[in-house]
Amino acid sequence: MLDTFDAKLDAQFAPVDPARLRAVLEPLLPKGGLVTAIEGMKPYESDGLAAYRSLPAAVALPQTVAQVQAVLRACSQMGVPVVARGAGTGLSGGALPFPGGLLLSMARFNVILNIDPDARAARVQPGVRNLAISEAVAHLGFFYAPDPSSQIACSIGGNVAENAGGVHCLKYGLTVHNILALNVVTMDGELVRIGSGALDSPGFDLMALMTGSEGLLGVVTEVTVKLTPLPDTARLILAAFDDVEIAAEAVAKIMAAGVVPAGLEMMDGPALRAAEDFAHAGYPKDAAAILLCELDGQEDDVAEEIARVSQLLSDAGAVAVRVAGDEAERKRFWAGRKGAFPAMGRLAPDYYCIDGTIPRRSLPKVLTQIGKISEAHGVGVANVFHAGDGNLHPLILYDANRDGDLERAEAAGGEILELCVAVGGTITGEHGVGREKINQMCVQFSKAEIEVFHSLKAAFDPQGLLNPGKAIPTLARCAEFGQMHVHHGELAFAHIPRF
Amino acid sequence: MPTSLDSRGDLTEALAAQVRVASDNQVPLCIQGGGTRAFYGRKAIGQTLDLTGHSGVIHYDPSEMVITARAGTPLVEIEALLAAQNQMLAFEPPSFGSGGTLGGAAATGLSGPRRPFTGALRDYVLGARILDGRGEVLRFGGTVFKNVAGFDAFRLMAGAQGCLGVILDVSLRVVPKPRVQTSLVLEMPGEAAQSWLTGLMRRPLPLSGAFHDGERLHLRLSGGEAAVAVTTRQLGGEVESLDVWSSIGSVTHPALTGRPVMWRIAVPQNAAPSELAGCPWDWAGGVRWLQAESVDPAIWDLAARWDGHATVWRGPKDQVFQPLKPPVFKLHQRIKAAMDPAGIFNPGRMYEGL
Repeated sequence: MLDTFDAKLDAQFAPVDPARLRAVLEPLLPKGGLVTAIEGMKPYESDGLAAYRSLPAAVALPQTVAQVQAVLRACSQMGVPVVARGAGTGLSGGALPFPGGLLLSMARFNVILNIDPDARAARVQPGVRNLAISEAVAHLGFFYAPDPSSQIACSIGGNVAENAGGVHCLKYGLTVHNILALNVVTMDGELVRIGSGALDSPGFDLMALMTGSEGLLGVVTEVTVKLTPLPDTARLILAAFDDVEIAAEAVAKIMAAGVVPAGLEMMDGPALRAAEDFAHAGYPKDAAAILLCELDGQEDDVAEEIARVSQLLSDAGAVAVRVAGDEAERKRFWAGRKGAFPAMGRLAPDYYCIDGTIPRRSLPKVLTQIGKISEAHGVGVANVFHAGDGNLHPLILYDANRDGDLERAEAAGGEILELCVAVGGTITGEHGVGREKINQMCVQFSKAEIEVFHSLKAAFDPQGLLNPGKAIPTLARCAEFGQMHVHHGELAFAHIPRF
Repeated sequence: MPTSLDSRGDLTEALAAQVRVASDNQVPLCIQGGGTRAFYGRKAIGQTLDLTGHSGVIHYDPSEMVITARAGTPLVEIEALLAAQNQMLAFEPPSFGSGGTLGGAAATGLSGPRRPFTGALRDYVLGARILDGRGEVLRFGGTVFKNVAGFDAFRLMAGAQGCLGVILDVSLRVVPKPRVQTSLVLEMPGEAAQSWLTGLMRRPLPLSGAFHDGERLHLRLSGGEAAVAVTTRQLGGEVESLDVWSSIGSVTHPALTGRPVMWRIAVPQNAAPSELAGCPWDWAGGVRWLQAESVDPAIWDLAARWDGHATVWRGPKDQVFQPLKPPVFKLHQRIKAAMDPAGIFNPGRMYEGL
């Protein structure tokens, strides 16, 4: 299991006496803002990847930017590693505490500071929930576009750290496309403003580096997000297929027809049946796969596109095509998709969620291959994915109480990720590398590329104190796993059947 | 059908060798494509590293909506290839002459009039292969839209003006062409136009261009038949030729020519600095063009006060870009040192000492 850090393969810091850590940090924080009792730290021992657990030396809960600066400056001087945490909903162990280090919770930064409808922008603190932004601006006719499935709970600071996507990013973009400016505190306590109120910035695109940097470069203390006008109307098509590959081919046909759906999602038989039992969405339970295709915009244009896409889906081999009759039915169709993960509890006691992205053209073949991999490892699999952008979420089903089951699930997951790289894709589309996929990074990137990542990290954090052991593997780790030679899919994998 | 694997113009090995020699001997390199964007930025002094021979489309599959091409590929060639499949580059890269290359477009990161409505070049870069300052070939990102493995080093290359690496090839996300486009012109003073437009942009209208030439407002609408027809009726004005948008994008519109110095001042779209009243603007007010006889350094302060930045677009090239605050400049120097330890790529092109 990767929740134990290794001094040689990850990072090592001179231990700091807990009493000294407390004596230094406590005066810098508000009353009750430093937690060192084990029972008080328990809620912070894992994030959404609950299989990985670890306790820090202390948890800090600052309330002001000045406190964040003071805490980071002090940790920098003492050489104490720091892991920043938002709402803790991440699925890759990015907020897993580092033993002996500080866990910095940004939960108390939960205020929407300003909404400027004329600039179509809002300034928010990092602990504000993703959905809370859309809710706060809905009466002005706006929404905040990125909508990860966890949007009810996840924080915008975490979204920036992970470059979160969501169901609607095919049309509206990822976090990196929907933020204008960031206030960031670097490890030495310096407050830096990145981006501006204008649409571009002088110098290097530091916003590009910060977004998705998984807490390795700095701590975000304020985010200026773009607000998007709500479309006039949104309508949803549900298409059923009796063959998964035919459904996957229909996706390419929609994209080739020059339509940009607001969302284009796919579920295979096991996933849609579990979701239907869980959410009663109205899915045809005898289908081998369903596609959900949302189109939004001006009313007459949407009506025309709905007709065109419906015809296209029928021609592509859909056995049934239904357009949600009203808003209630549209929401119900979506509820099934958004509830797909919790629904897996009906199929198996535990599931392991994979997050690779592949070029869309590989979809039919990769799906077949995933079936073979899971069969070879003796684990079940249900597929839920953002078909429009090729982002797969195979859910590997296992039982943690059964001996060797978790290891089998992890082995199957690792092979699926390597398959994604082999067809020209990536090991993570939106969940981040975190701790979970640290070894697979060695598959996707060469030694020289990983060295550049370390140099970029050192430009912001020369001591390597922010979120050590995450996102970017050490070269020692990659050497240990012997996978450095297989990257970019340029070389054949002996252990993956090719097609 | 996908276009694929044209290896005729692949000069990766030769370019890498040149960079390694330059790195070993600490010889600065001036990276050059078509040279059409050389005016943008300070003068870079160094041996020319010519990218024009490194050209050709590597892969293009219209159903995948991604094109990958070598840096020296002429932009016009890419645009023609996309147009044949009814697709286009959403950020409408400005053309400063037919010799402009994909690498030059990516390195300068400039986007055209469509920018406030459909995003910037950096938003559509999915991956890049580059040479770093040691002459190593590195690949960051890829050809898929959702990809969060590693830092977005490919996006960092967009707009870095070659100071961090030599772009070898770039993968760009492309979009379908809008079904309908039309351009409208309305007689309206700049300030009135700006506040009207601010209100319009709070609604989901099919706008794809908003330029004021000092006297008249030019609006472009792109989208589905119904949305464009309905909005055209609502907005009024006269229909004009769509050709005006190429002169706006290439900054050759008559309103943008004349005096020896011209500033490009990027500010929040609804900012209203009285000093800039009457100036032509693009990007729905997000870019103001100010002409002058000489460079007045007070403009940097003005831009900063309005939460934006200024660029000397035309004129003397001593200081061209907005001065950076010390902690930000320090980060720039460290990032430069990380990617280009010998400091050989386009030294001084963006800032003195970078």
